Amino acid sequence: MTRKAYYSRKIKRATQLLFYKRHMKPGVKGWELKNALGSDYPKILKVLDNHLEKLDLQVKTVFEDKEPTEKPTLEELNKARFFVTLRGGLPSRDAKMMGWRIDDIAGLAVAVSYIISKKGKAPREEVNDLLRTKLPGWRVDMNLNRYIRSGYLAEDENNMLYLDWRTRAEVDQKELVDLLLGTGT
Amino acid sequence: MSTKEKKLSSERLQRVIELCKSVEERGVDPFAVDVDDIIATLQKYFPEWESTEELALDAEAIQYLASVIQNQGDWVKHRSTSLYTDPFLLEEKIQRLNKEELATLFTKVWSPIIELEQISISSLAEALRYWNDLLPISERWQKNGPLQVEAGATTWEELVRLKILAEKTFLEELEAFWKELKQKVGENEKILYWDFVGADTYSETIDRAYMTSFLVTYGYATLELHPLEEEIFIKPFTKPRSELADKRMVSVPISVSHEEWMNWKEEKQT
Repeated sequence: MTRKAYYSRKIKRATQLLFYKRHMKPGVKGWELKNALGSDYPKILKVLDNHLEKLDLQVKTVFEDKEPTEKPTLEELNKARFFVTLRGGLPSRDAKMMGWRIDDIAGLAVAVSYIISKKGKAPREEVNDLLRTKLPGWRVDMNLNRYIRSGYLAEDENNMLYLDWRTRAEVDQKELVDLLLGTGT
Repeated sequence: MSTKEKKLSSERLQRVIELCKSVEERGVDPFAVDVDDIIATLQKYFPEWESTEELALDAEAIQYLASVIQNQGDWVKHRSTSLYTDPFLLEEKIQRLNKEELATLFTKVWSPIIELEQISISSLAEALRYWNDLLPISERWQKNGPLQVEAGATTWEELVRLKILAEKTFLEELEAFWKELKQKVGENEKILYWDFVGADTYSETIDRAYMTSFLVTYGYATLELHPLEEEIFIKPFTKPRSELADKRMVSVPISVSHEEWMNWKEEKQT
């Protein structure tokens, strides 16, 4: 088999694995990709990412713990989860079509940015109070539960809210804070 | 320190632990804890602690204090990162923006995951096969009551046959075995181990070796070892010797392998 044919076959397989939902959570674990594509899967994902760029999509890696500061090791990659996400932003009118109301997105923005400002964890009560300033009370709890169910936020037994895996995969946290601070100046 | 003073000191430590816990669990500002003051308090009370509970409480307080110090370190690290934002400033910004502005801003930094769900012909066929094999719910959830078995009587012979009861008690069996040993030894006082233990079948030989080990352990017989000749003799006592238990006992491992049994049988036949 030629090198080109080898990569072409592997890229097709990687596309199927990444696009189709296989578990409750979307995305594929590094070790699953290693089993299906071989140990050179990071290289295959890189080629796939180049292909996806033309479609404004990207292969996104979410590491198990904190994002490594240097080039990630194969072990770190094996434990990480890989997704395909939009590369650029999304017009808010399109977000409506994804089943999200404008209230839901605004609420998520507030919850996520507040938790970021509180060093990654904040009491649910505080987030609740902040959301209540703009959303009707009955919606606040419902929305927070939805964010938790979708994997944007996590809650522990002490009612502390954290940022969960989906926020790490989908939201550019630094950019969000910068944009928020840049408003009205 | 009087008992009353000790009680008060214990309560103070409990309060310290609760305060440190609130930093960890409820996100209280870690710098609200005066670490120096707590260390001074712990140092002051430590020489007075005597019981295990008091020392455990002291250790617990130190452990929680260490986690507060770690939190303080993390706080400083976070402040030095580009992600640090003053929560009050951010709250103020959020208050100023309306829902539409907030949503528009968020969608600029939001890249939702692409995920597809689609059924294939093969998975559809597999699902149909599963459906066809699936028992109706009325059958699957059928509750089987406990089987009623009529109680009856059994006999001692039946229990022996089922090996629930032994035909003889172990000691009776051991005594019979001891008598057999004495008969086989006769005038000679001792007999070669294999000549006594060896039987027509290997399983019977193992049974006899097992019983012989109890004869020696319980003081009905003893072993005589001749290492140079590689011979082991077994010598029965005329009366069981209970005083042996008080002396230093030595374990003698004797291999009764199938190969050795075969060798013994061949030698016997020749």
